[in-house]
Amino acid sequence: MSNVFIAFQANEDTRPIVEAILADNPEAQAEDQPAMVRVFAPGHMTINRSSIEDLIGRDFDLQELHINLITLSGHVEEDEERLTLSWDA
Amino acid sequence: MDMQVKQPKLGIKERYSLLTRDLGWEPSYQAKEKIFPYTHYEGIKIHDWDKWEDPFRLTMDAYWKYQAEKERKFYAIIDAHAQNNGHLNITDGRYLTAIKLFLQAISPGEYAAHKGFARIGREFEGVGTQVACQMQSLDEIRHAQTQIHAMSNYNKFYNGFHSFADARDRIWYTSVPRSFFDDAMSGGPFEFITAIGFAFEYVLTNLLFVPFMSGAAYNGDMATVTFGFSAQSDEARHMTLGLECIKFMLEQDPDNLPIVQKWLDKWFWRGMRMLTLVGAMMDYMLPKRVMSWKEAWQVYGVENGGALFNDLARYGVRVPKGWDVANEAAEHVSHQLMLGLYQWCFGTSFHAWIPSEEDMAWLSEKYPDTFDRYYRPRWDHIRKMAEAGTPYQNLGLAQLCNTCQLPAVFTEPGDPTTHCHREVEFEGETYHFCSDGCRDIFLEEPQKYVQSWLPMPQLFAEPNFGDVGKWMEWVGLKPGVDNGDYHGSQDEASFEAWKKHQSATA
Repeated sequence: MSNVFIAFQANEDTRPIVEAILADNPEAQAEDQPAMVRVFAPGHMTINRSSIEDLIGRDFDLQELHINLITLSGHVEEDEERLTLSWDA
Repeated sequence: MDMQVKQPKLGIKERYSLLTRDLGWEPSYQAKEKIFPYTHYEGIKIHDWDKWEDPFRLTMDAYWKYQAEKERKFYAIIDAHAQNNGHLNITDGRYLTAIKLFLQAISPGEYAAHKGFARIGREFEGVGTQVACQMQSLDEIRHAQTQIHAMSNYNKFYNGFHSFADARDRIWYTSVPRSFFDDAMSGGPFEFITAIGFAFEYVLTNLLFVPFMSGAAYNGDMATVTFGFSAQSDEARHMTLGLECIKFMLEQDPDNLPIVQKWLDKWFWRGMRMLTLVGAMMDYMLPKRVMSWKEAWQVYGVENGGALFNDLARYGVRVPKGWDVANEAAEHVSHQLMLGLYQWCFGTSFHAWIPSEEDMAWLSEKYPDTFDRYYRPRWDHIRKMAEAGTPYQNLGLAQLCNTCQLPAVFTEPGDPTTHCHREVEFEGETYHFCSDGCRDIFLEEPQKYVQSWLPMPQLFAEPNFGDVGKWMEWVGLKPGVDNGDYHGSQDEASFEAWKKHQSATA
């Protein structure tokens, strides 16, 4: 199964986002590079709004991800609750 | 007293629908083909434009809100960079060559992409597509502006930054990205979005912005990493637009597949060739390196591109022609191009240099099968020439490929000791190419590529008529100041003196 991935600028906004992804996607791994962090997982990854809100203690709009997003790979599906990345093959 | 009833917030899907689709209408007093005259001649068949949807469902109101926040973050750092001697915090003055090349070759490409997306945003019929293209057009002009603004601080202190706009139009190596974008913009709207939105943004842009910008951070260049990551935060959206457009074309009609595949073949090859400039930047111009060009190609080309083409196989799409050749070439191209840039650096708007022992040890480690065998001996020879007081300059002019416009410095597939050169006779003229890939692109549309603006023939035409001194003036270069070897340059002397002063007074 091919990897999907998402990369963020490494900062205080994205630390809880990465933490939430790693908690919700047991197969996901984070890779630190200068000034950025890339999270990858085989085939599929879900970013849940509620998991991020639990960590930051405030409301979070998933579209806030755009501010610190660097790149991603996979088909994107987004609604209020979650953003998923996936490859079909 | 009236009670304010709080309206429930609209869901993201509902809001997207209201703020994009509902902005469209059926024309009543003009035929649709007259309003959108360019969406048929390329042969792409679209039956239902409403099937195209932005998976991020970003609406214009949210777009402005998040872009404003990105700009605030960007300018906070750019101000701090200018106020705190950011130009001295880079690891080494050599690093600036990469940034000069970026400003001359890549930022004008952002501006070209802005024009292209503004145009296709008008030409496409679907409202979802129009809105997404409009956002991308605004993003691209933001990128051009923030890049120029961020790098303008270096222009106060170092040479070679001052005339990037003339360099873009007149210098030789900048015609590589310029011809890439001119080629895309002179195609139809579907070819443009396949070229820029998909082949470039999805398959290749990671190679430009991700490891290179991470490298800028590693080399203390706050300004570049800031514009790079600020731009890249838009790229995720661009990549998604590109992928959606490909899927949209393939799902709308099976007749679209061969047309799309032909464009993928062409634009993958053109993009890969153009990014050879970035390969040289990553392997040779970053004093502290994050990853080699080969490693970046492995992660973002082979693995990520491979995942994408595996996935698209369900539509009948195969990996682009030249895929295997490109993978093998990742072992060689950065070295071959840097050797070229060094020998012609009397005519560039940046400095080149002979890699140090330390640089070469890193290159040997990263390229264990090729560097010591093919490239170290050449650099050693060039070093001996420099030490003997006869530095290697190739005062002949580079032979440029008629398609990609890079100097034809590459080797045959499977044989890195034989120079690769292809020729085509067309209507009584001979055209030269660096590879089968570039020759095949010419052969598909020869009438288009015979019109290519090539910098070497330009040198012999008016206003310079072959006079290299006049040409230098025409492109805005001071020989030996803006170019030549970094060692002994004014940039080197200034950087060393300022660093010494900084540590003495710290």
